[in-house]
Amino acid sequence: MSVPFAEVGFAEASWVLIVKSIVIFLVILQIVPVVLLIERKLLGRFQHRYGPNRVGPFGLLQPLADVLKLLTKESYRPEAAVPLLFAVAPVLVIFSATATLAIIPFGDVKNGVGFYGIDVSIGILYAFAFGSIGFYGLLLGGWASGSTYSFLGAMRSAAQLISYEVAMGLSLLGVIFMAGSLSLTEIVHAQDEVWFIVPQIVGFGVFMISGFAETNRAPFDLPEADAELVAGYNTEYGGMRFGSFFMAEYMAMIVVSAIATAMFLGGWQGPGPGFLDPLWMLAKIFALLIFFIWVRATLPRLRYDQLMSLGWKVMLPLATVNALVTAILVVVL
Amino acid sequence: MEARLNVERADWAPPAYLENAEDVISVQRGPEPGGVGGAWRSVRETVRGLKTTMARLFEGPVTIQYPEEKTPVYPRFRGRHKLHRFEDSGLEKCVGCSLCAAACPADCIRVVARENDPAQRVSAGERYAEVYEINLSRCIFCGYCEVACPFDAITMGHEYEMSDYSRSDLVFTKEMLLADPIEKAPLRREGE
Repeated sequence: MSVPFAEVGFAEASWVLIVKSIVIFLVILQIVPVVLLIERKLLGRFQHRYGPNRVGPFGLLQPLADVLKLLTKESYRPEAAVPLLFAVAPVLVIFSATATLAIIPFGDVKNGVGFYGIDVSIGILYAFAFGSIGFYGLLLGGWASGSTYSFLGAMRSAAQLISYEVAMGLSLLGVIFMAGSLSLTEIVHAQDEVWFIVPQIVGFGVFMISGFAETNRAPFDLPEADAELVAGYNTEYGGMRFGSFFMAEYMAMIVVSAIATAMFLGGWQGPGPGFLDPLWMLAKIFALLIFFIWVRATLPRLRYDQLMSLGWKVMLPLATVNALVTAILVVVL
Repeated sequence: MEARLNVERADWAPPAYLENAEDVISVQRGPEPGGVGGAWRSVRETVRGLKTTMARLFEGPVTIQYPEEKTPVYPRFRGRHKLHRFEDSGLEKCVGCSLCAAACPADCIRVVARENDPAQRVSAGERYAEVYEINLSRCIFCGYCEVACPFDAITMGHEYEMSDYSRSDLVFTKEMLLADPIEKAPLRREGE
C-alpha cells in the first residue's frame, strides 16, 4: 500500500485500520476526562486542598458534570467575530490534536496487527506538522473573536510558536540520528538496549520544556494567561466550542507525553508479557502527565519576552550542540 | 555607620552628596540576571520549587469540609441571639424594658411591652414583652443588646448558620429566640 506522502512501514487491511483508528480515538477520548480529574485532584493536593470531591464518589463524576454543563450552554458568538473562522478554529485545534494520535505506537506488531494507527516513514515530522496546525487554530480563534484580549492571546501564541518550535525539532534530532529513522516504531525498537533518555538527556530536557510551550501549559500558558488576558484566545468562546479548545489542550498533552515516551522512555517496552505493552505505554504517558501537572502547580507564568529569550538563547543552542555532538559520536563510533 | 553604599555595579556610581552621608545603608542586591549563573540559578530554584510542592502533596490537605465538619467557635463568639427563661419557674427573664432596642445601633430590635396578668404570668417582672422581634438581616452582631440588658434575658448564642431565601424569614420572633437551636454549633473550650 502506498500513499503519496510517505512510505508506510506496515499496514493491514483497510477495515483493520478503520477499527484501529476508532479504538485509539475512543481510548484517548476516555483518557481526557481522567486526566482532567487527576489534574484537579493533584493540583488540590499540591495546595493542601482536596480538589473536587462532591460530584459522585470521590468526585469521580466531576468531568461528566463539566461536560454536561458545557454541552447545554448556549453557543454564543460576539458581533465583532468573523463567523466562519470563529467556528472553524476549535475544529482545527481538536483535529490537529486527534490526527497526531495516528502515529503514536502503543505496541509492536502482534498476530498481523500493529498496535498503532499507522507506521509511516516520516513519523515524527507528521506530528510536528499537525502540532503547528493546532497553533493556527489558536491564532484564528484569537483573531476571529474580534476581541482585544483574544487578539493579544493570539499574538502571544504566535510569538511562542516561533520561539520553541526550532528548539523542539532540534532536540529530537539526536534521537533520530541514533535510531536512524523517523518512524516512531523504529525508534522504539532502537531502544531495546538502553532508553534514549540516558544518552539524550539534554534532548529530553529541551523537548519537555518545548512540550510545555507546545501544549500551552504552565509555565508557558501565555496565550491563555487567565490572570492578565482573561483566558486569551478563548475569551469569547463558550459552551462546547470552549470545550473543544479545552479538550484539545488535554489531547495535546497526551500526544506530547506519548511522543516523549516513544522517543526517550522506551515506548511500550517494559517487563512482562507482550500484551502488557499498551499498558506500559499508558503508564509512562501518565507519569509524564503527572509531571506536567506537578510543574503547573509549581511554576509561575513567564513573560513572553522571557519565553523567547529562553527559547532562542538557551534551548536552541543547547539543542544544536546536542544534535552536533550526537552526530559526531554516531559517525565516529 | 559600617554599612556603605553598594558600589559594585559598574554602570552606577553614588552621587557626591551620598559619599559621606550617615543615614545611608547598603541594601543587598540580588544577583545579576542572565548568563550561565542565571541559567544555573533558574534550574536550581525550579527544582527547589518542585520539591516544595511535592512536600505539600505528602502533608495532605488541611481543608475543613464545611457543611459536614465545622470549626468550633469560641465561647465569646457572638452568634444568633437567645432569649432566656428562669430555670426553676420557667418564666421569661425579659421584662419588656426596651433597653436592648435603645442600645441597638442597627435599630433591628422591636419590643412591645404589656402588663403581666397575675393569674397567668409570662415574665418575672411587672411587665413582659408581648412582641420581641430581631431583624437578623439588619443585625450587626455587636452584642450591645446583651450588655444593655439588666436581667441577662438576651445573650448572644453561638449559632451562625442563618441564611434564608427571603428577608421576611430573617425576622426572628420571641418564640424562635426562646427555643433551643435545632443544630448546635460546636464549641471550643477557652484556651483551645
